[in-house]
Amino acid sequence: MPAPPGNSAVSIRLDGCGKTFADGTRALEPLTLDVRAGETIVFLGPSGCGKTTTLRLIAGLEAPDAGGHVWFGGEDVTALPIEKRNVGMVFQSYALFPNMSVAENIAYGLKVRRVATPMRAARVSEMLSLMHLNEFASRRIDQLSGGQRQRVALARALIVKPRVLLLDEPLTALDAKLRESLRIEIDRLLRELEITTVYVTHDQAEAMSLGDRIVVMERGRVAQIGTPQEIYYHPANRFVADFIGTMNRLHGTVRGGHLEVAGGRVPCDAPDGEAAELGFRPEDARVVEAEASGDLAGTVAAVFFLGDRTRVIVEGAADGLIVVESSGRRPFTKGDEVRIALRRETLLRLK
Amino acid sequence: MNRHARRLALLIAPAAAVFCAFWLLPMVRIAVLGATGPRGLAAYSAIVTDRRYFDALVSTVALSVAVTVATVIVSGIAGLFLARNRFPGRGLLTAMLTLPLAFPGVVIGFMVIMLGGRQGLIGDLSQHLFGLRIVFAYSIGGLFAGYLYFSIPRVILTMIAAMEKLDPALEEAARSLGAGPWRVLRDVVIPALKPAIISSGAICFATSMGAFGTAFTLATRIDVLPLVIYTDFTYSANFAMAAALSIVLGVITWLVLGLARTLAGASAAAAG
Amino acid sequence: MSTLAQRLRFGPRLRFGLQLFVTLAACVFLVAPVLMSILAGVTRNYFIGIRSGLTLQWLAQVWELYRQTIYLSLQVALTCVAVTLVIGVPAAYVLAKSRSRLTRLVEELLVLPIAVPGLATGLALILTYGGLREFRASWLFILVGHVLFTLPFMVRSVLAVMTTIDLNTLEEGAASLGASFRQRLFGVIVPNVRSGILAGALMVVTLSIGEFNITWMLHTPLTQTIPVGLADTYASMRLEIGSAYTIVFFVMIIPLLIAMQMISGRRRPARIVETADAGAARE
Repeated sequence: MPAPPGNSAVSIRLDGCGKTFADGTRALEPLTLDVRAGETIVFLGPSGCGKTTTLRLIAGLEAPDAGGHVWFGGEDVTALPIEKRNVGMVFQSYALFPNMSVAENIAYGLKVRRVATPMRAARVSEMLSLMHLNEFASRRIDQLSGGQRQRVALARALIVKPRVLLLDEPLTALDAKLRESLRIEIDRLLRELEITTVYVTHDQAEAMSLGDRIVVMERGRVAQIGTPQEIYYHPANRFVADFIGTMNRLHGTVRGGHLEVAGGRVPCDAPDGEAAELGFRPEDARVVEAEASGDLAGTVAAVFFLGDRTRVIVEGAADGLIVVESSGRRPFTKGDEVRIALRRETLLRLK
Repeated sequence: MNRHARRLALLIAPAAAVFCAFWLLPMVRIAVLGATGPRGLAAYSAIVTDRRYFDALVSTVALSVAVTVATVIVSGIAGLFLARNRFPGRGLLTAMLTLPLAFPGVVIGFMVIMLGGRQGLIGDLSQHLFGLRIVFAYSIGGLFAGYLYFSIPRVILTMIAAMEKLDPALEEAARSLGAGPWRVLRDVVIPALKPAIISSGAICFATSMGAFGTAFTLATRIDVLPLVIYTDFTYSANFAMAAALSIVLGVITWLVLGLARTLAGASAAAAG
Repeated sequence: MSTLAQRLRFGPRLRFGLQLFVTLAACVFLVAPVLMSILAGVTRNYFIGIRSGLTLQWLAQVWELYRQTIYLSLQVALTCVAVTLVIGVPAAYVLAKSRSRLTRLVEELLVLPIAVPGLATGLALILTYGGLREFRASWLFILVGHVLFTLPFMVRSVLAVMTTIDLNTLEEGAASLGASFRQRLFGVIVPNVRSGILAGALMVVTLSIGEFNITWMLHTPLTQTIPVGLADTYASMRLEIGSAYTIVFFVMIIPLLIAMQMISGRRRPARIVETADAGAARE
């Protein structure tokens, strides 16, 4: 177990960092953001939302537009190119050097830093065992599987004890099963090392499980910053609500403290006559028989049995389809008349 | 022989016949002829034992090596630049740099005369600037310029193609680990370009060794091997010697190309 | 601190500037003499310069003196395309279908005429067939040299396309529908490798028109192609005539180069290098 670089972890501060490319495209609106030392922050959003640009600004691969500053702890690193920032970076394509073996790849950062050979060898072998790569040390890169390459890329980035670890969609190139197991491994590693980490992904499951905080981005702007729970339970707007998990939407007009939708009435604290929108998560509602008491009436449109739970799609309750997850063993079938029971406290007012 | 094999044999027969009758047979013939002159088999060793031929060999090899090195450096830099930057006029620039691909040696010789001849551009400029007319077309400098002229376009194309296959993240990864620009060039870019450098460098070298048209148009003072062969054949009617030297020259260029292909293949495999 | 920052920002800019300079210098080196020779070809007296006036007299003189070389070059180039098509496309088909040791050897051998200096090929031809008077004196002697030199380009160009399409599956598909070999050849194979054939043909014409090293050994005073005429002019005529003749050559060759770049489209650099220059040691 190498000495965790956690003791040297620094905070990151982005201060009014915008990015406009030479062709005039505005990739990132000026952004101010603090990442605490040792924190794992995940930038989440669809492609083109500016998350990778933000990562590249922190890395030093792009310079922010005039006026923007990047701070590592108390140091303004805005003018430092990436090679002087002491960051560790993992790329989507891994970017392992094909002309070097596994061990040479991992040793590269130390070699550049002129670490003496015996010391270098010791650190490489520590890193190899930490990442369970011992038997691959002398392999060529093209002899490795995707998961092994991923671990080499992580080892190569971590061995220099970087101030900041930057991960750009590190799991995207892997298949689902491997992604899951590596996610757990990365999570363990980040907790152990207590290193300040910036993680970019478009996969919400990755973001939820790895991030201390998540920055949801949309078209060059921050849509919401918060812990996974905050983001999930209190999405700031429709975009976030839709992007994270599944959100059912009820759209209608308020009358007498209730929102009126196709399938019935739902309590809503808004003035009469206002058009409003409420949302709820599939797991926050139950499907019950038509005769039982429930808020909205509808018809089962489809049923997906997922093993641990059943996903029921209901039509006619609102403008669109409503998705409800039911864990009971009550078998609904297509065409059943049902009611949807909501939990009042889980209803969200969407803006 | 089954129907399928017979059909294939029939289809390749015309090409094989032309090749055998007009290339293989004549080559074998001059290989034999080279050994049956006044010197006998010694004609083949004359290239190292005879002062005149050996000098020609040395100057041709030296010139070819110098041209290859210069071409790889210039084309490497320009190729890198063109592959990595997007700007208006880039297509035109690339097209201009590859324009001379199909120029024959004679025309290239003439281009050098336009640059460094008695009425050349460089002469005009130097006369204007220093009052001294620089004429280099008919010296070793002229040959160097000419060989550079036909080598640059080809090597640039190979370099651009190789650079475009290189993942930019590799360079970024090296930088993220602390490598400065020279280090990135040495550890990442050059290893990735190695197969392209070897193969295009070898072509450049072999072409320079066998270049005749350019030297024919320019060379009045320098004996490069192809010119020696031509002179022996045309003016001295020394057929056996010309034949032997041709074979030697052919074997050299063929070996260099073959060796380069093996090396480039090996380093391409090592580079993944 | 700020000076350090400035220096670090200056670094990349300096490198960019140096790269740009080298690229532009190489471009000037290659293009300037082309422009100068074009200018010289239409200048009344190049020694005096443009102020002596522009004229078409040199071009007219070239047409008068060297018309025959243009005709012969075209004749040789077009015949050469026809011959390389007829013998090269079937050869490429065989090389694509069968990857045995024998066909590998054949592939290697076919490339030899471009790996070995043209001077050697020319010498070998003349020492072997120079005695056949009729043949030696005819343009067919030159054609033979050009076919040897251009055949590898045609074969490689077609072969490159054949290996990217799945030739076997295509043929088996056609055969399963009852197509005979002849029907498969003209109905399936040829249409699918059209792009390779076209690229190969353009390359053969371009190379044939520009071929000098072999042709110089094989030509007679009555069988002169453009490059042979050019060598003659450069050696014995005034600079303006040589330049005017060079213009004629450019006019013939540059459209072919542009066409070649256009049909190979976006992958231009890679394509030309892979198909045209694989192992071609020719100036």
